[in-house]
Amino acid sequence: MASPTPIPRALLLIGLAALALYPIAGDVFYVQLFAKIMIFAIFAMSLDLLVGFTGLISFGHAAFFGLGAYTLMVLSPEYTAASLWLSLPLAVAVAAMAALIIGALVLRTSGVYFIMVTLAFAQMLYYFAVQSKVLGGSDGAYIYVKPDAAILGWRPFDLGNRVHFYYLVLALMIGTYALLRTVLRSLFGRVILGIRANEQRMRALGYPVFRYKLAAFALAGGLAGLAGYLEAAQYGYVNPEFFGWQESGSVLMMVILGGIGSLFGPILGAFALTLLQDFLSDEAIFHGFHKHWLLPMGIFIILAVLLLPRGIGGFALGLGRRAPEIADD
Amino acid sequence: MADGSILLIQVLNGVQYGLLLFLVASGLTLIFGIMGVINLAHGSFYMMGAYIAFSLTELLGNFWLAILIGIPLSVAIGLGLELLLFRRLYRRDHLYQVLLTYGLILIMEEMRSLLVGDDVHGIAIPALFDVSIRLTDTLSYPVYRLLMSAICLVMAGLMALVIQRTRFGMTIRAGADNREMVELLGIDIGLVYRIVFAAGVALAAFAGMIAAPVASVYPGMGNQILIVSFVVVVIGGIGSVKGAFLGSLLIGLADTFGQVLAPQAAGMTVYMLMAGVLLWRPAGLFGRA
Repeated sequence: MASPTPIPRALLLIGLAALALYPIAGDVFYVQLFAKIMIFAIFAMSLDLLVGFTGLISFGHAAFFGLGAYTLMVLSPEYTAASLWLSLPLAVAVAAMAALIIGALVLRTSGVYFIMVTLAFAQMLYYFAVQSKVLGGSDGAYIYVKPDAAILGWRPFDLGNRVHFYYLVLALMIGTYALLRTVLRSLFGRVILGIRANEQRMRALGYPVFRYKLAAFALAGGLAGLAGYLEAAQYGYVNPEFFGWQESGSVLMMVILGGIGSLFGPILGAFALTLLQDFLSDEAIFHGFHKHWLLPMGIFIILAVLLLPRGIGGFALGLGRRAPEIADD
Repeated sequence: MADGSILLIQVLNGVQYGLLLFLVASGLTLIFGIMGVINLAHGSFYMMGAYIAFSLTELLGNFWLAILIGIPLSVAIGLGLELLLFRRLYRRDHLYQVLLTYGLILIMEEMRSLLVGDDVHGIAIPALFDVSIRLTDTLSYPVYRLLMSAICLVMAGLMALVIQRTRFGMTIRAGADNREMVELLGIDIGLVYRIVFAAGVALAAFAGMIAAPVASVYPGMGNQILIVSFVVVVIGGIGSVKGAFLGSLLIGLADTFGQVLAPQAAGMTVYMLMAGVLLWRPAGLFGRA
């Protein structure tokens, strides 16, 4: 197993140290913003498992993000807290199960059909959320009390505390990174990389390609559910836009712009894109034009596609190589 | 027979929606089939058409004049975008096509916001057609909707004629089958791309224009129709205009009847239909597996 190129590894450790130390001296606003970015980093890494490593371009990954978020909402009693230890695994399980079912359908298609069909399924859930009175309809619903981390009366941390929440998200982001890295190094990872490179050959070698792709789809869905759960817990609020195609689109942008096929890339993409959005929509800088921040964002995306074909990560660090090196020996 | 009239109205509505959808979906399927480009911004052209119709009608006071100017304007915008952006996407991975056209949606939506604002608008139905045909004492059907269906049918007929009966249509069909071969035969595929793309843009914009008097003109209206057009293309089979026609009508009727028969699940019916077709024929009704 070759280690990632030295620069990113050093950068990764420095970045991690900076993130771990930030809340000690940092501004409350940025503690919240960074927590949100790390949630999106989890979401983006989960999508990269499909886009970058399995070769499946999903444009409906928000379906599972939304399911994780709505599961927390449904499990939260109105005036008391849901247990973190119960609701979080359940949210992940619901998202993974849904991914298993939807995956069984969408994986019958490939290429551009796959892009359209994943989008259509996410849209189906979107309409379901809009029309369901139980789920709050188009207005969404509030989660008044944050999940409770107490085990048998002992409460190791408090999600209502921004700094505690920040560290939980940081730990889960590192955990997701480690999990995906382990999975990609395992035999399973080798097989899905093989599918990405040449599906016919893997089939000829006797691998049940469909089952591997489905397993990757379910794992990615479960992790997207985790991200959705955290996002809902952070803001205490869900609405159908969690399923929205803007959500799927922006996470796909994070993956592609960060550099596909490297787990580090999506994290970078999540930071770059969210910070750019935060900057462009800053009223103090853009006086009134900040409302139209999507215009410079759109121009930025188009220029990035035309000028940086390997993404920001690929551009800056030579990371987003077409053949992912993370699983090379 | 009130029941029969209600049924007739629903069928007419479903067919009208389906035919309108066809104008958008046929461009989408051709642009993909021939140029290999997945265009997420196709719905934005529909929105653009509606806003062009609205702005020009305000300016000139005549809806038909607005359409007459709006069509060449859309063709010009299509040619400009092909030259500036889409030309660079032909040989590239779907991933980058998705990304670039997604960026284009954001730009078009904000341009709309800057130029026309974020309000919901409406256009009056042209006076000549602002009448209804009486079906029973209480039920009637607006003539303008019938006119829309008729216009869409004429457009569909013209497309079929061009694609099936002309030399250029032959090139289009050949291009959808095997692009490389067409190029090898010495046909200027670049020119074919340009025409097909501009025609696709104009068709989507035209659909937006004629729909403007019955559906209001509002921000984000393109996204809704884009996603339904995707469903149509998936059901019909990519690159197949015949499939897009059949798929559009199926979706139009399914959506209309879904809203009547199962209001709780309205909006989901089309996706369930898509799931069904995928189970049965993963490459669509007229697609090649």
